[in-house]
Amino acid sequence: MDPEARKVIEMGYGGAERLTMNMGPQHPSAHGVFRAILTLQGETVVGMDAVIGYLHRCHEKLGETLTYTQYPSIASKTDYVAAMSSELAYVRAAELLGKIEVPKRAQYLRVLVGELQRIASHCVWLGTWCMDMGGALGGGATVFLYCIREREMVLDLFEALVGARLLYGFHQVGGTRYDLPAGWVQTCRETVDFIDRRIGEWEDMLEDNDFFLARARGVGVISRELAQEIGISGPLIRASGVNYDIRRAEPYSSYEDFDFKVPVETAGDCYARYRVRMVEFRESSKIVRQVLDGLPAGPISSRPGVKSVGQVRIPKGEAYARVEGPRGEVGCYLVADGSAKPYRMKWRGASFSNLAVLPHIIPGHKVADVVAIMGSVDPVFGEVDR
Amino acid sequence: MTDAVDAFVAGFIVLSAVVGVVTYVTLLERKFAARMQSRIGPYRVGPHGLLQPIADALKLLMKEDIVPRLADRVVYNLAPIVFLIPGMLIFATIPFAPGLGVADLNIGILFFLAVSAMEIVGLFMAGWGSNNKYALLSAMRAVNQIISYDLPFIFTALVPVLLAGSLRLSDIATAQAGLWFVFYPVIGQLAFAAFIITTLAAENRVPFDILEAESELVAGFRVEYSGMKFALIQLGEYAHMVGTSFLGALLFLGAWAGPGPAWLGPVWFLLKAMGVFLLVTWVRWSFVRIRVDQILAISWKLLLPLSLLLLMATALVVVLRSGPGV
Repeated sequence: MDPEARKVIEMGYGGAERLTMNMGPQHPSAHGVFRAILTLQGETVVGMDAVIGYLHRCHEKLGETLTYTQYPSIASKTDYVAAMSSELAYVRAAELLGKIEVPKRAQYLRVLVGELQRIASHCVWLGTWCMDMGGALGGGATVFLYCIREREMVLDLFEALVGARLLYGFHQVGGTRYDLPAGWVQTCRETVDFIDRRIGEWEDMLEDNDFFLARARGVGVISRELAQEIGISGPLIRASGVNYDIRRAEPYSSYEDFDFKVPVETAGDCYARYRVRMVEFRESSKIVRQVLDGLPAGPISSRPGVKSVGQVRIPKGEAYARVEGPRGEVGCYLVADGSAKPYRMKWRGASFSNLAVLPHIIPGHKVADVVAIMGSVDPVFGEVDR
Repeated sequence: MTDAVDAFVAGFIVLSAVVGVVTYVTLLERKFAARMQSRIGPYRVGPHGLLQPIADALKLLMKEDIVPRLADRVVYNLAPIVFLIPGMLIFATIPFAPGLGVADLNIGILFFLAVSAMEIVGLFMAGWGSNNKYALLSAMRAVNQIISYDLPFIFTALVPVLLAGSLRLSDIATAQAGLWFVFYPVIGQLAFAAFIITTLAAENRVPFDILEAESELVAGFRVEYSGMKFALIQLGEYAHMVGTSFLGALLFLGAWAGPGPAWLGPVWFLLKAMGVFLLVTWVRWSFVRIRVDQILAISWKLLLPLSLLLLMATALVVVLRSGPGV
């Protein structure tokens, strides 16, 4: 045998020494390309270093080279699981800066797609989280396939609306680019009702299952103080007892017209995050129904349709717009110099800030909990690295 | 001399049958899982995907065989074989019909349990020899889990032994001619439930598949294996699973007993074993995996005391049933 190999085996694996293990960037549960350098003592994680940046695509620099007309469809690619909300953040920043009015119908349409997107995104979260806990060769894969089946119906709706299934380009400065096609409203109502029923089935399957509860309860607790200190947002901070939702705190796009609950849990563990998102599913479908009931007639954009890439010019200034995406606060900061392109652009990705909490809560848990906690944080690495 | 030849021929036939059955059990499981998940499952290779297992085997045969540079070569290469042999050996004592088996030992069940526990050796060798941290963690978990679960597994398997009064597997089967042990009041159902749970753990199935745990340990002890060695490990695992399913059908479901002529016996036995297999598969595809500390807690705090109590209760029933003075 190779003497070198003997030495490595004997040095690394003896006694009560600590073991450093790389989880990722290529790993089944990395949710993309996340590298966690774990320090293990037996099965217990005693330290964790998070390494990000494997999916960096220079989005913020790219934003400087594309016009206000071109960039919204690229904004989709930051958080590709919830493309609608990142697009909205960008066009809202431009509208704030240019003081551009958005017609009521367009505002309602933006709410409509935003909430449908939240349903689709939470489907992906539930499926992948269960797969992290249950394995691709077990019950987790079953939940995953059920969730993806239902997400597919929302994607079909988006396909009928804009022609694309993942990256939409639905929003434009001043309104939306597409109006609802004939028959769409009826299909949407049926889909939302159907998914509502299916959510009940998933809850039955998971919450009556002691093994699921054993994996989710009391695991990865984020205290209220830690949550506020790190600056996490979205379902995570609401699961830690902070009643904070931008749709409520700073209503945009006519969210004040709709009646919905903001779920808050106090436990701060994986189960609390699960409960918050399960209630959000239902609240989103409630909002979708209200939008469909009260959809006003009128134009969908205050500006003419896209004729040339440079037709939107934004006066000099700077603005920050934020929206409540499925993963939390998605913010876009724009500095304009009066031309057809922004001078600077900065994204505030919800996943990026949420991910920062991992090194604080993971030490002390077992290896198996690392993936469960990471799944419950629901990071999308397109948004983390941008 | 002729005895040796007979045994050799019988062994050859049983081994070939086992390999065939095991190969197709993978297809059965995939189809079953697919139906549970509202999918179709393998469908392209042959009618209804019937040739899929053969295609898979051919694919694995042709894959490149990779040995990590710093692996412990001897241990690494030997592990799949050491892992496979116990999985095959357990079929030696199973009587598929009265008098139809390789060796109907008078301590058949002890042989079965002892040999099936041997798989841990191959498993640990694979985890250790790979020189991979995921594999090593998986091997550690394997030792923990198998030691914890073999005790309750053995205790529950001994319940039918007490009821039948023999360690010989064919005797246990014939003792159920009147009443399958699973229908034995209270004791039978409890023992069968405990048997299924410990089987899940012994076969490393979700929710107890912490050895493979592909969402955290990628593929566990077999992460570095490719090609035919990987196929051998899979074969060993599924052979062990099928063997345990046969044992379950034999201990609790009356083995070859069933309506129809006697030659249908093996068919009934196979159907019952597949029933046990699908029961385990059903659990597998509906639960999430639990953590290693929770698995150990379930075994030592719950299953082990309960199975011991059950064993003692069974002994008491047997003594009372046979009356005083025996």
